[in-house]
Amino acid sequence: MSIDQQVNKVRIDPLSGVPTTGHEWDGIEELNTPLPRWWVWTFAATVVWSIAYCIVYPAWPLLHGATEGLLGWHSRTAVVQDIAALQETRAPILEKIKNAPIDTIEKNPELLLAARTVGRVAFLNNCAACHGAGAQGAKGYPNLNDDDWLWGGKLSDIRTTIEHGVRWDADKDTRSGTMPAFGRDGLLTPQQVSEVADWVRTMADLPDALAPEPAGEKLYNDNCAVCHGADGKGNQSVGAPNLFDAIWLYGSDKGAIVNRIMQGGGGVMPAWKGRLDDTTIKALTVYAHSLGGGQ
Amino acid sequence: MSTSELAPDSGDYEPLVAPAHKVYPKKVDGEFRRIKWGIQLFTLAIYYLLPFVRWHRGPNEPTQAVLLDLPHRRFYFFFIEIWPQEVYYITGLLIIAALTLFLMNAVAGRIWCGYMCPQTVWTDLFLMTERWIEGDARDRIRKDAGPWTWRKIREKLTKHFIWLLIAWWTGGAWVLYFADAPTLVHSLATFAPGSGEAYIWIGILTFTTYVFAGVMREGVCLHMCPWPRIQAALTDEYALNVTYRYDRGEPRQSLKQAAALRAKGLPAGDCVDCGQCVAVCPTGVDIRMGASLGCIQCGLCIDACDAIMEKIDRPPRLIGYDTEMNIKRRACGQPAVYKPIRVRTVFYAVLIIGIGGFMIFTLATRGNLHLNVLHDRNPLTVRLSDGDVRNAYTIRLSNMKPETRRFALEVTGAAGAQVEVVGAPRDAEGRIVIDVGADQTREARVLLTARGAPADKTPAPVEFTAREIGSGESVTARDAFLWP
Repeated sequence: MSIDQQVNKVRIDPLSGVPTTGHEWDGIEELNTPLPRWWVWTFAATVVWSIAYCIVYPAWPLLHGATEGLLGWHSRTAVVQDIAALQETRAPILEKIKNAPIDTIEKNPELLLAARTVGRVAFLNNCAACHGAGAQGAKGYPNLNDDDWLWGGKLSDIRTTIEHGVRWDADKDTRSGTMPAFGRDGLLTPQQVSEVADWVRTMADLPDALAPEPAGEKLYNDNCAVCHGADGKGNQSVGAPNLFDAIWLYGSDKGAIVNRIMQGGGGVMPAWKGRLDDTTIKALTVYAHSLGGGQ
Repeated sequence: MSTSELAPDSGDYEPLVAPAHKVYPKKVDGEFRRIKWGIQLFTLAIYYLLPFVRWHRGPNEPTQAVLLDLPHRRFYFFFIEIWPQEVYYITGLLIIAALTLFLMNAVAGRIWCGYMCPQTVWTDLFLMTERWIEGDARDRIRKDAGPWTWRKIREKLTKHFIWLLIAWWTGGAWVLYFADAPTLVHSLATFAPGSGEAYIWIGILTFTTYVFAGVMREGVCLHMCPWPRIQAALTDEYALNVTYRYDRGEPRQSLKQAAALRAKGLPAGDCVDCGQCVAVCPTGVDIRMGASLGCIQCGLCIDACDAIMEKIDRPPRLIGYDTEMNIKRRACGQPAVYKPIRVRTVFYAVLIIGIGGFMIFTLATRGNLHLNVLHDRNPLTVRLSDGDVRNAYTIRLSNMKPETRRFALEVTGAAGAQVEVVGAPRDAEGRIVIDVGADQTREARVLLTARGAPADKTPAPVEFTAREIGSGESVTARDAFLWP
């Protein structure tokens, strides 16, 4: 009820026939045009809707939790249902991946596509933080696209590495093999470390390598060859990298190599068995294998 | 000078938005009404029956002539099958539709609005139902103004029930375009699980049909539709429009007065101000006030006026299809001229023929085989342990034929690079063979490995060719080989 009606002085504007509010400024009066009917009804409907909403859906915060609502709807339950529905749609193809021997997956276009899709998503969620979104790696984190494998590039090797991790102490089957800290622990003098580094660079045929020195070769054979091999090809059972190839995990400049010989050790990768289900690990294995370097 | 200047004084005050008053269109018979019935029957038949028309495309292909298969992302129109990447055909179709609308407008005004627009067709259908149950305009006005009787309640309920039934059937026909129609009808009728989405869409379209054709009617044309505004900007003085002939009609007077004037040899207008043109108008327009946004040019006032003219023994077409130019010419006593072939009609027609022809040409000559190549972005290149360089690509072969096809992949360029496809070993003849299923695409990862790295690091152009084994049909895509 407007003020005008209370004082019983409703004035009708002669031109438009609409009542005025009674407010007047310099002879100009404000029309009291009623709201359009559809607007009023829409407004009323939204009020009814909001009340109904409060009753059927969780709405009012209480000290502990909130009102539950008649429908018993819950955002968490909805997510769980969505995930269940998603898993149901994926179940047939995941079942096929699960039942297929791992070395047959790449030969079947349908399974390969599915495994690479599932594997890529799992990779982006779990592995990309270290290995990079395209598995391109970084200093200390291997590039998975190339053909150089620390622990083996066969499907079975890759699966074992993913399942049990690398130097991951919580898993007893983890890939282990640690390079001694030759410099830090005093096994070699800084001069000797420098000589070994020069020898490795010479053998790897790096463009700026020095001429071979017999002292370096002797030091290499006495200290390094046991794991990295006299031919420098490394040993995948202990994760000793091939030293004489073109791929350098920590860099090929002398400083980087000296640093590795001084500090020893190696990278760490978590064990994923138990954190990811077997089918996902299988898909991840196929994905890493199909990037290009798989053997 | 516009037609409204010729129109009789319609009062000083014309509201910008017409006050809401209910329009009760009266029943009318005549030439244009019959044309409207014909077009209505034809367009409704197309809409309701088209989903049931079958078209044989081969095994494992849908047999529906017109089908928008959203889950499989295919659009079928008789012999044409459109894949999502060819959506530009839809764009072309929309451009042609717009130009056709312009052309129609330049030739004969809003014939789209008056005869073919779904809003007009369904409103007409709903009006027909209303007339059938509640009687003609006079009865409806009387009943609506009168008290609520049992008969009135019964009639209203019946009318709205039948309206909802038509609306429901309209929504039902809509969803049939998106799935195999007979199967969907069966699963809808048996409440088969999984048709919930179809019910929701039927519900939405039932609601919109009921509201637009039953409740809002001319309100959609007057307040929602942009076309009247655009049309007003596109029309010219040579376009045929439903027009009241002021030169013949004015001044209005009773039949007796006119006879008396004519007896004295004085000029007298033919319009007897019977108001029938207004009474039959579905949008409540008075055509004698000149061209207006509200007039959908359905021609029903022509029929109404012709009937009156016949009764009073005057020539027909006091209201008829005429041009603004002719109104002016008649006012000055000059003969009427008609110019359907003008710069703008020729321009629209040429554009329609050009775009339509181009679309038909590309549709007829398009390949049913496509190859897309995507270079790995991360990493761009991979250095292998022996110093070789590898680039990886994802290729996608699209086979638009309804049969499985077998292709041999060839890669040229990047001198001497070794080609490998993950999961596709070479056959006895050393070819890399890729099978692509009927009407499907197949993705494959291609690895190119080049020996060493050249001094010149310019990217080398690479050409991928998929050649069908047997027919020799091939498709080629280009990319580049990058060096670290």
